[in-house]
Amino acid sequence: MREVNYSGNLWSGVLFGLGAIAFFDEVVFHQLLRWHHFYDLATTDIGLISDGLFHAFSWFATIGGLFWFADLRRKKSLYLKRWWGGVLTGAGAFQLYDGLIQHKVMRIHQIRYVENVLVYDIIWNVTAALMIAAGVYLLYKTRSGNRRASGAV
Amino acid sequence: MHHTHTEMAGLPVWSQILLALPFLILALLYIWGLMVSSGKGRSWPVWRTCFWILGCVLAFTAVAGPLADQAHHDFYVHMMTHLLLGMLAPLLMVLAAPIMLLLRALPVTAARKVSGILKWRVFHVLTDPFVASLMNMGALWVLYTTPLYSGMHESPALHVLVHAHVFIAGYVFTASMISKDPMPNRPSYFYRSVALVLALASHGILSKYLYANPPAGVPAAEAEAGGMLMFYGGDIVDGVIVFLLLRQWYHAARPKPYKSPQPVTG
Repeated sequence: MREVNYSGNLWSGVLFGLGAIAFFDEVVFHQLLRWHHFYDLATTDIGLISDGLFHAFSWFATIGGLFWFADLRRKKSLYLKRWWGGVLTGAGAFQLYDGLIQHKVMRIHQIRYVENVLVYDIIWNVTAALMIAAGVYLLYKTRSGNRRASGAV
Repeated sequence: MHHTHTEMAGLPVWSQILLALPFLILALLYIWGLMVSSGKGRSWPVWRTCFWILGCVLAFTAVAGPLADQAHHDFYVHMMTHLLLGMLAPLLMVLAAPIMLLLRALPVTAARKVSGILKWRVFHVLTDPFVASLMNMGALWVLYTTPLYSGMHESPALHVLVHAHVFIAGYVFTASMISKDPMPNRPSYFYRSVALVLALASHGILSKYLYANPPAGVPAAEAEAGGMLMFYGGDIVDGVIVFLLLRQWYHAARPKPYKSPQPVTG
């Protein structure tokens, strides 16, 4: 008898999504492209502390999300569609938080130091919103009451 | 052996011996335990012995010899030795499960006495993941944000105390997270995870803080290089600790029918 673990699939995906997008951000934008670094403005200690906590959490979450995924598989309660819904929602939520709060409210760093940064901001945050929308749509389609309709498991 | 440095005193030989000798003794003790234990016909994974010896060697090179001497003058090298002494050597040595080996090697009555001592309340408190994190990370914050860092370079006694603390606190911290050694009342995986994330965050914050605010007497370029080394080096070791903690959690959470009985040690 297989049982779908709805919240497990959701949160394992969210954890992995958060960790993976933060890792992607750091590798691609900070280290490869060198468009920005976290310490660009260094105006507020809160920015430094929030970054440290977030980095630690995302590092843990990337590994933790995948172990959780393995656990769901082992227990045969993996619901891949719902898991991906969690991944997209988690990744989009982080990117939107980064794009609005860290870039614009706290002004720790900008995406890139060019004159028309607005274009970058729009692409960044629209991508985030699209990821959230796609994630929430998948989560909605795979909610527990909707099991038969979506062909769970 | 003697360096001609004008601004800072060199590292006295006695302080190097005092710090390095314990690691030599620990390596020999482990080999003794291994021989006694295998004399009793009990097997012990080879990789554990390799980890222990490697850990001792890395800690040794961090506190004595040319690298330790260089670390006394260059913040980047200092940070390298601190990563070895406070993070990598403790990780390798914790994985070598020395207490388990000790309990196997000792006669039954002595082993009982040791496990009785390990149940003392003081060990219970010190190995709490939050207390261990505070001892570990708190000391680093104090070291790098107060005159302690420059004081350590003037007083060899302070140098010995700080380095001994860095290793012991690093070991207890790592053990509190992932040790397989017998430990009474081990906290839950969730509790350990929260402590680990906070300690990891504290390490990352401190390394970025050092990047921007060099300790007294450290040139900005050295502080930047040292801070970056601390950040990325710390991430690699912490990533391994996170992986091992979660793997233990994963095994502990395996479905009930497959649960094997706890191995008996002693």
